[in-house]
Amino acid sequence: MITIEKLEQIKNYHRPFLEERLKESANTTIKDGNIALNDLYYNKQTRIALKNCGIINPGNIEDYIAVDGYSALANILMNKSKAEVIEDMKASNLRGRGGAGFPTGKKWEEAFKYNADQKYMICNADEGDPGAFMDRSILENDPHSVLEGMAIGGYAVGADQGFIYVRAEYPTAVKRLKIAIEQAKELGVLGNNIFGTGFNFDIKLKLGSGAFVCGEGTALIESIEGKRGMPRTKIYRTAHKGLWQKPTIINNVETYANVPVIFQKGVEWFKSIGTEKSPGTKVFSLVGKVENAGLVEVPMGMPLREIVYDIGGGIQNGKKFKAVQTGGPSGGCIPEHLIDTPVDFESLGKIGSIMGSGGMVVMDEDTCMVDIARFFLEFTVDESCGKCIPCREGTKRMLEILERIVEGKGEEQDIETLETLSETITTASLCGLGQTAANPVVTTLKYFRDEYEAHIKDHKCPAGSCKSLIEYFITEKCIGCGMCAKACPVQCISGKPKELHIINKLACIKCGACMEACPKKVQAVIKR
Amino acid sequence: MEFSFDKEKNKEKIEIFRMFVEQNKEDKGALMPVLQEAQIIFGYLPLEMLQMISKILFVPMSEIYGVATFYSQFSFIPKGDNIISICLGTACYVKGATIILEEIENQLGIKAGNTTPDLKFSIDSTRCLGDCSLAPVILINENVYAKVKKENVKEILQKYRDEV
Repeated sequence: MITIEKLEQIKNYHRPFLEERLKESANTTIKDGNIALNDLYYNKQTRIALKNCGIINPGNIEDYIAVDGYSALANILMNKSKAEVIEDMKASNLRGRGGAGFPTGKKWEEAFKYNADQKYMICNADEGDPGAFMDRSILENDPHSVLEGMAIGGYAVGADQGFIYVRAEYPTAVKRLKIAIEQAKELGVLGNNIFGTGFNFDIKLKLGSGAFVCGEGTALIESIEGKRGMPRTKIYRTAHKGLWQKPTIINNVETYANVPVIFQKGVEWFKSIGTEKSPGTKVFSLVGKVENAGLVEVPMGMPLREIVYDIGGGIQNGKKFKAVQTGGPSGGCIPEHLIDTPVDFESLGKIGSIMGSGGMVVMDEDTCMVDIARFFLEFTVDESCGKCIPCREGTKRMLEILERIVEGKGEEQDIETLETLSETITTASLCGLGQTAANPVVTTLKYFRDEYEAHIKDHKCPAGSCKSLIEYFITEKCIGCGMCAKACPVQCISGKPKELHIINKLACIKCGACMEACPKKVQAVIKR
Repeated sequence: MEFSFDKEKNKEKIEIFRMFVEQNKEDKGALMPVLQEAQIIFGYLPLEMLQMISKILFVPMSEIYGVATFYSQFSFIPKGDNIISICLGTACYVKGATIILEEIENQLGIKAGNTTPDLKFSIDSTRCLGDCSLAPVILINENVYAKVKKENVKEILQKYRDEV
């Protein structure tokens, strides 16, 4: 059996080894007992959920203990009542990092209230938003923080069984979680009679099988029960009747990773970071056409501009910024004039987007906003589970319209039809997937309406991205070098050496190879 | 494309799988792990195995079919020796993943979601693989190819063609 003294012993014994190893690799600084990664990229961040990522060896439980791992769990089990843990969680106002931002403490309190012979803790690791990978990073690099967070939650609500639902696309995360769970059981921080307090907690892995909608809580529960992952009608909250109709807590990976730290460093410390209504930090995966792509963890409320420019280093290749897409297929596109918006749950909601799980895709002037809306709709059409007709049929109709528009066959009333459909789908769908499916269209219509109009009325794609609406053209600058004709995969460029070349527009497949092949000094091929 | 399930050839695998199903039949929600195991062992879900699952777990075929068709990781046709996954997530899409997909389809002569007749390659277009900073990304078996260019596709595929 593990005791608090033994835990302390492991920590004291192992800490020097960890510090020694970190000194050798020389990419970290150790100050006042805190270990941080060196680099300008990291200096501007505040790392809580990611604090151990890149520092500890995820395959070694001693490494995690050396950075105070499992001390919060030990302390709570020995010294705190369930009600106290829930009070602390409520006071910290940690909000769910999976997207909706529901206060974690409140959720726990509700499950705590109900009497049941069995309660469950679930970790939602079905991170499916395209463009988001922070949960994968935590699971792969700091799996124990999630296990500890789940165990603390299990103690608070009175659950002795936990499930981690991981998507099948993350084989490394599954492997590392398996090792972590094994090690934790061996040491006794999971299993029966943890720290001799009589508290039992076991965690099992459940794998997804590639259905985006299973990230929705009730769909995830259905999937664990071995059924089609279709959301339930929400008569009861899952905290009341969830998995196998028992009180069930579902929290996201990042939420759990925050829990042990809050109890280590205290509620006041946690609340001093971020904003009043959204304390703490949020991890974003900053990707797309940004100079330094990667995971960034910053205090809530940081303006979007700082994230994109100060940390992300601005737009690639000196292009012009156009929009940031947050929240995945449920989120929206934020245009340039709103780039000073602070990033927290309320502010993003106000401008029609959402925090979501933290995907942040930066787009430049070459990205067509209509096409982006079409891309997300294609995703939702594919992933709609088919239970609610407005979502199943409505998204399909929207996609058809958007496909027509990007092909230059849009009609005058299309925008209006899109707006009506958006409203219907949003109000009449059962789960978050349907309720937010129209968001990409709604926000692009709101902020980039002129692009829709240009496609429909003038048959032009302002970003020069929609294939059907652009053409390649060789200008007078042509020196007749023949590079373009050589590069053309369909041989549709003709011209004598040292004379102006011409593209046969009927045969052209608009691949752009000629434009790339044209010598940099000449730049005779243009897209229009 | 027609593929038939060779019971003789798969005798050992069938036995291993039968044991797995028997071991898990008491667990609540056993259907998902069982189907996942079948997918791993056989590379797809042979009809014969689904019938076996149905008998052991007492789950009707209709329900099994419902679950199996719901999740995109399950397949009713065999997968090739080399599984090519092309990420079509937002970041890769923005960086031209569809051009890479087209090129792979052209090179292999099959469309995404299919297997070449010699069972050498399968093409899957997948959702975000979580390597957005390396876009566009393709995954062949467990090897990640980052920042893939159209010109490199042929060369990448050749490596797997040459393997015996």
